[in-house]
Formats: sequence, C-alpha cells, structure tokens
Amino acid sequence: MITARRMWRKSLNVVMLTLTGVAALGVVSVLFLILGYLIWNGGASLSWNFFTQLPKPVGESGGGMANAIVGSLKLLLLAAVMGLPVGLLAGVYLAEFGGHTFSFIIRYTTDLLNGVPSIVIGIFAYSLVVLPVKHFSALAGGVALAMMVIPITVRSTEEFLRAVPGSLREGAMALGASKWKTIATVVLPAASGGILTGMLLALARVAGETAPLLFTAFSNRFWSEGWGQPIASLPVMIYTYAIAPYDDWHRQAWAAGLVLLGLVLLSNLGARFILARTKVV
Amino acid sequence: MSAAATITAHEAPPQSGPRALFRRLKHGDELAHLITLTFAAAILLLTSMLVYELWVNSHLSRTKFGWIFFWTRVWDPNFDNFGAAPFIYGTLVTSAVALLIAVPLGLASAIFLSELAPRKISDTISFLIDLLAAVPSVIYGLLGIFIVVPLMRNTLGPFLIHSFGNIPYLGALFRPPNYGVGFLTAGIVLAIMVVPYIISVSREVLLTVPREQREAALALGATRWESTWKVVLPWARAGIMGSIFLALARALGETMAVTMVIGNSARISPSLFSPGDTIASTIANQFTEATGDLYLSALIELGLVLFLITFILNGMARILIVVTERGGGRPA
Repeated sequence: MITARRMWRKSLNVVMLTLTGVAALGVVSVLFLILGYLIWNGGASLSWNFFTQLPKPVGESGGGMANAIVGSLKLLLLAAVMGLPVGLLAGVYLAEFGGHTFSFIIRYTTDLLNGVPSIVIGIFAYSLVVLPVKHFSALAGGVALAMMVIPITVRSTEEFLRAVPGSLREGAMALGASKWKTIATVVLPAASGGILTGMLLALARVAGETAPLLFTAFSNRFWSEGWGQPIASLPVMIYTYAIAPYDDWHRQAWAAGLVLLGLVLLSNLGARFILARTKVV
Repeated sequence: MSAAATITAHEAPPQSGPRALFRRLKHGDELAHLITLTFAAAILLLTSMLVYELWVNSHLSRTKFGWIFFWTRVWDPNFDNFGAAPFIYGTLVTSAVALLIAVPLGLASAIFLSELAPRKISDTISFLIDLLAAVPSVIYGLLGIFIVVPLMRNTLGPFLIHSFGNIPYLGALFRPPNYGVGFLTAGIVLAIMVVPYIISVSREVLLTVPREQREAALALGATRWESTWKVVLPWARAGIMGSIFLALARALGETMAVTMVIGNSARISPSLFSPGDTIASTIANQFTEATGDLYLSALIELGLVLFLITFILNGMARILIVVTERGGGRPA
C-alpha cells in the first residue's frame, strides 16, 4: 500500500517535470520554426530588385519595396528625434532628482502608457496630427511611434542610471562638482552603454509596429517627399501584401517579413552583445 | 543661534523676484532639475491628452447610444447603427482561448526554467524566449495566414470537429462550417504571442521564492514536483496572477495578427470555427474607410473601451507582481 503510493508519487514527479521541459522546448522551437519559415519562403523571393525598385502596379509582377524600406527608416528617425530625448531626460529625473510621490506617479503612468494597445496610440496620433490637417502624413506616424518609444526609454534609462554605484557620484561631488555636472560628466557616461542599448531596443520594438501606422502614416506606392505626405513602411506593406489575393504579392510579403525580422532580431542580439561587453562597473 | 541666523541672512540676502530666480538657475542644479522635471511631467501630460482625445472624439457616439452601445448586436455603418457587442464577444472569446493554451504552457516552461534547468541553460532559453517576444505582430499574422489557417482548415479543424462535434454542450463549440479563419485560429496565434510574457514574468517571480522554502519541503520528504506544486507555486501565486493579467492585457489589445486570421465579420456565434472580429481588429479594418462623423466616433469609442480595459488590467498586474517580489507572498 505504502509502496504503491510511493510509486505513484515518484512517477508523477518524473512525468510532470518531463512535461515542463517539453513545454519549454516547445516554446523555444516556435522561434526556430518562425525563422525557418521566413528564411525558406522569404529567402527565395529576396532579390536585388526588392531593395532598389518601387512596387509595380497591380497585376504586373516584380518590383520591390525600396520606398517602404526608406519610409520605415524615416519614421524611425522621427520617432527617435521626438521620443528618445523625452525618455532620456525623464529617466534622468526619475533616477537622480525624483522625490517620492511624484516619481511614483510618473513611474506608474509610464508603465501604463507602455501597456496601452498600439492601435489606441494610433487613434491618439490620428486625432492629434491627422484630424487638424485632414490628411495622413509621415509626421503623424512618427508621433505615434514616438509615443511608444518614450515609456521604454524612460524605464531602461532609469534602470541603468540606478546601477551606477553611489561612490562614483560621491567622488565627483567631493571634488567640488555640482550635481548636474556630476550627472553630465560622470554618471551618464558610466551608464551610456546601457542607456544606448535601451534606446536601440526601443527603436527595434517600434520598427515592427503596424497598427499605429495604418491610419497615421497610411501607405504609399511611390516615393514620399518631405514629412507631410503619406508614407510606406515595411510592416504596413507586409500586412497589405499578405491579405491581397496575388501570389506575387505574397512572395514579396515573405521577403519583407524576412528583412524586418532580420533587422529586429539583429538589433536585439546586438543590444545583448553590447550589454555583455559594457557591464556597469 | 543668533550667530547662525546672521550667517544665513548674510549668505542669502532676502531678495526676491526674477533676479533671485535667475541667480539660482545660473547655478545649474536647479535648472537641470527643472528641465528634467518638465520632461517627466510631459509623460503625464501626454497620457492625460490621450484620455482626453479619446473621450472628446467619441462624444457623438457616447451621447447617441449611451450604455446600449455595449449590448447592441448590430454594427451597420449604412444605417448609422452601431453596437459593440459582437466585438466585445470576439475579444473575450479569442483572449480566453489564448489564455487556456498559454497559461499551462507558459507556467510549465517557467517552472522548468526556474526549478530544473541549470542557470546557464535557463538564461539561454530565457534569452531566446525574449527574442520570441520581440517578433513583430505582423510577422505572426503572416505566418498565421499562410501556415496556421491552412492547418486549421485541412487538418486540425476537421480533427476537432470529428472528435468533439458530437459531444453534448461541448460540441456546440466545434461546429462546421470551418473556413480556417475564425476565433480558434486567432486564439491559437494569440497564445503563441503572449506565452513569452507569461514565461519571463513568472520565471522572475519564481526565482524570488526563498530557497529555504524548497529545502524545507524536500527535507520533509516531498518529491521535487510536490515541493514545486505545493510550496513554490502557492508562494508565488500573486505574481503569477500578475503575469497572466499582463498577458491578458496584451491579448485583448493585440491587433495585427488577429485582424489577419479572424475573418473580420461582426457576428456572435458559439462555434469557435466561426469568423468574427475583435475590438482592435475592427478599428484596424474600418478606421480609414469610416465615412461620417458618427461612424468614426463609434470606432474611437471602441478604442476608449479597449484603453480602459487594458489600463485597469495593467494596473492590477503591476500591483500583484510588486507585492510578490517584495516577499508579500504567504506560505500556504
């Protein structure tokens, strides 16, 4: 009787622990499945034309997504210019100046902003930028992406500034530096590797965002000049091409997916690499 | 005491007005404080503006339909009649399917990573899972359309209908027709997308459980599994709930992948194979073609609803996670 119970407990132990391992392996294998499918389907359709040509009119095969690649870069530039400074300085405030209650409120709001669905951010940018001028623009898309860059940058900046040991600050102050001089010349440089990594990750995260661009930056089958016109981007192109009924467009969607995923994963790997090299003290 | 008072008075003459402010700013510290404070406050301002814009721009729809908006089952742009019920239903069903799959899978993986795997392997796998979380949602949609939908149409769907279709009650969930797109497909894709969040947060929480707790259970003769199931998990349950809320908030608000595989049809049907729509997918699909102010306003009200739900869920999740990580979890 006792041995039967013991047997049951032991086998339950083995079975359940094995299952947890199987689950973990299963989840990780999804990543490799995704990579494999994209390389298999996208690699075949990837050509030089993809990077250099405009999309062909509907019905003609061939063409590329040069405008969408440049468009994505322009949108990212806007997001970086508008979002990163806000995120950086707010992060400095939280780590170096913040009091108790106000900092708590800012931190909490930042986390909540981070959790707002991207489509809702799209509506916000639409009503802020598109509605007043009545047309879609690269600027509106940039505002939407910047809204998503800010919370990520704030939290990573604060985290890396906090990791700088207090003795460095005390050392600088003992030498007579004022507080802001200490921050600007000692603390920020010490944490710069981490902060830049955080920024890179924030940009990588929004590079793949589609929903907030659908009705802000919209799309464009031609080159978009300046910042006030609708502009194409890789994620929106993937969406449009994937749901269209043409085989040639599907192939291009796979190719664009491979390029986008490659960019995102490479920046994540790069960030990881930089972090490992520049451990804060 | 009077000496101290004189010194202070000497160093900072009782001078007020713009000149004094300017002198203090010139010192640098105050200025830096002020600038960074402004940017931090900008985040508060942006968030309030977000709420304000959603509230104001949904005014038409809110005043016309009132609370009935939430249980009207018709969404008919041609006759300016808008009800959110089909989308709320679709959002809840797809998220429920996603959590039913993702929670056991994610929790099991987190247990493996925190309790069994050696630290090095655990860290590597966690990094790969973080990469999975970084995959853009439109890529999940792409794979959904070309891999999961055919799989559901040709293999998985017929199998489920054959196995469960005739069981009373439960069978209603698995009724043909099966087009490949629909609630179940969307739920499966969502599950894959939210699993990384459950794993990484749960793993962190499980790692904060004190080692003595495990050792005490093992010393009493418990097997490894028993110590995990009866001691470690109860200790961490609030944080694990937090990770599930976080995943739920993601699932509710997820747009692109769902839009690409759910079939986009405003209907309420018990069958999981039925095409449907979620709040987010409706906004994504119809926003650019919304003609008329009331139509647009109704879509923005959908956005407001989505915002409020995720706002509340995220808030609750943060609290639960913080409580557990500070060691507030009670031993069972």
